[in-house]
Amino acid sequence: MEKFNKLTGVAAPLNLINIDTDMIIPKQFLKTIKRSGLGVHLFDEMRYDDAGNEVADFVLNKPQYREAKILVAGDNFGCGSSREHAPWAIADFGIRCVIAPSFADIFYNNCFKNGILPIALPQEQVDLLMDDAARGANAILEIDLDSQTIKGPDGGTISFEIDPFRKHCLLNGLDEVGLTLQKQDKIAEFEAARENAQPWL
Amino acid sequence: MTTPRTLYDKIWDAHVVVPQEDGVSVIYIDRHLVHEVTSPQAFEGLRTAGRQVRRPEATLAVADHNVPTTDRAHGIADEESRIQIETLEQNCKDFGVEYLDMSDIRQGIVHVSGPEQGFTLPGATIVCGDSHTSTHGAFGALAFGIGTSEVEHVLATQTLVAAKSKNMRVNVTGDLPVGVTAKDLALAIIGEIGTAGGTGYVIEYAGDTIEKLSMEGRMTLCNLTIEGGARSGLIAPDQKTFDYVQGRPRAPKAGQWETAVKIWSQLYSDPDAHFDREITLKADEIAPQVTWGTSPENVLPITAVVPNPAEVADAAHKAAMERALQYMGIEAGAPLTSLKVDRVFIGSCTNGRIEDLRAAAAIAEGRKVAPHVGAMVVPGSGLVKEQAEAEGLDKIFIEAGFEWREPGCSMCLAMNADKLKPGERCASTSNRNFEGRQGRGGRTHLVSPGMAVAAAIAGHLADVRDYN
Ligand code: SF4
Repeated sequence: MEKFNKLTGVAAPLNLINIDTDMIIPKQFLKTIKRSGLGVHLFDEMRYDDAGNEVADFVLNKPQYREAKILVAGDNFGCGSSREHAPWAIADFGIRCVIAPSFADIFYNNCFKNGILPIALPQEQVDLLMDDAARGANAILEIDLDSQTIKGPDGGTISFEIDPFRKHCLLNGLDEVGLTLQKQDKIAEFEAARENAQPWL
Repeated sequence: MTTPRTLYDKIWDAHVVVPQEDGVSVIYIDRHLVHEVTSPQAFEGLRTAGRQVRRPEATLAVADHNVPTTDRAHGIADEESRIQIETLEQNCKDFGVEYLDMSDIRQGIVHVSGPEQGFTLPGATIVCGDSHTSTHGAFGALAFGIGTSEVEHVLATQTLVAAKSKNMRVNVTGDLPVGVTAKDLALAIIGEIGTAGGTGYVIEYAGDTIEKLSMEGRMTLCNLTIEGGARSGLIAPDQKTFDYVQGRPRAPKAGQWETAVKIWSQLYSDPDAHFDREITLKADEIAPQVTWGTSPENVLPITAVVPNPAEVADAAHKAAMERALQYMGIEAGAPLTSLKVDRVFIGSCTNGRIEDLRAAAAIAEGRKVAPHVGAMVVPGSGLVKEQAEAEGLDKIFIEAGFEWREPGCSMCLAMNADKLKPGERCASTSNRNFEGRQGRGGRTHLVSPGMAVAAAIAGHLADVRDYN
């Protein structure tokens, strides 16, 4: 997994609540057996019209946001299905950080497996960042995972929370499967005890 | 004295392999369901790293999302869908996982086939790369959806690294009125707590209303838990649960059965257990529900009118509501029963079980689908289909003008050929009314099976109580 430490870039504002995973990546793109190449389909139904042409006023189609690295969105971002295609599409587009008042649990988890940092902040702070984001390239955000801070374009700093294990994995780009496999003995021990007590499992 | 624990606490504690480090624990996963959409990249990951599936016998795979629901003799016409299903089949072969293929009578939606096979057991931890894994909580199993990276993690290690959720209890008391089902109850709960109300929680459903629900009803309720934001729903197992499980292919056999039931009988929340949040609903106050917007929380009794954004103070909610009304092509103030439907879909992991089909058939019997409505019934599994046909339900549906299809997810998410055209309005027994969920531009109203039939017959959203 790609490491995440510092990220500096333009933030795109998408001021909608309950952005679900069907909006992020509609089902017709779930037929892939790969992880890559989903970025062009990110937010497909909002981003393109029925004929497949770009919708000019959708935020990621505007010139100032085409290279956005950060997304600022409304409450309950990523609700709906467990499809990891959602964070794959976001990362493939080039967005490495999503900021919202809250995230759906499964989506939140999935982000960390893909080098994306989801930041949950109180509504007032998201509102401020949403205003910053509306200024496009004139409002670069600087995100520093190590110190858990976001530096705004006008010098103000916002701190955010993240649990220590996830932070550690993201900072170091760790392979979680590899980490867990180091605990094989414990797993085997657990299995032996369980086999004894509940052999039907 | 030991601290009183909730049902969730008990199952969690029994599965901790390596306790709390940095806020997370390694927990053991007893059962893993796999389907074609969220697994190819996980198996690929194993291959790349040269890893094996740790416990193939704890893993069960079935193709459901992409399968065609019409004549299957000619295979799958859509190339990408076919490749995805062939990939699953090959992966199962390569890694020694049992796979229920399309011609197998046991094939169906993972959340229907799993319980049918006795793969779902009380007290177990069950995961699947699918958010509606919450369904299996109906058996008192801790069941939740995971992403593809976690699918790979479980395949390789039979564990997950997870943080413990908070405890919420939803108490429901009294009798559900005639025409009101577990689906209506679930939608009413989501309407109450909101689509993010359960985020960060595991929800236990309790109270006499829940005890009276059938296993199918409990599955419907737990299935929709994720639409309220909670990854898992839980119901303490009881005699009904044990009766449902006993004798199924993967259930504990005679000799082990008694021990299993003894252990399962300990699975309940202790009287003084602490819940971080608790709400109570009265069953007799619930009317048949229907969603009007593009989030499951946009739900009202069928007797209501389309709500007015002008009456909403919060700016974000107001904007979301305006967007939803525009997408759905409806006007504030219109009675919900005035909304004309073009399509009706009965099926999905929410309402594709035998009891759902019986309830639907009871309303459909001797009536006709309105001429302008295209209506279909898609059983949740081959076994459900077989049972329904044995009871003659297929004939009732066909006679009434419904199409009778092969099992699968079908128009719940429209990955196969079954989908809405832009602007079409559908009364659907599925679980998500998101924009484009049932086809680009399609408009979904979530309802119970009986309500779906009522809409098919009336040609517009209708109150099932007028048809009982
Ligand atoms: S029926 Fe619908 S919700 Fe259920 S697993 Fe299939 S696609 Fe998902």
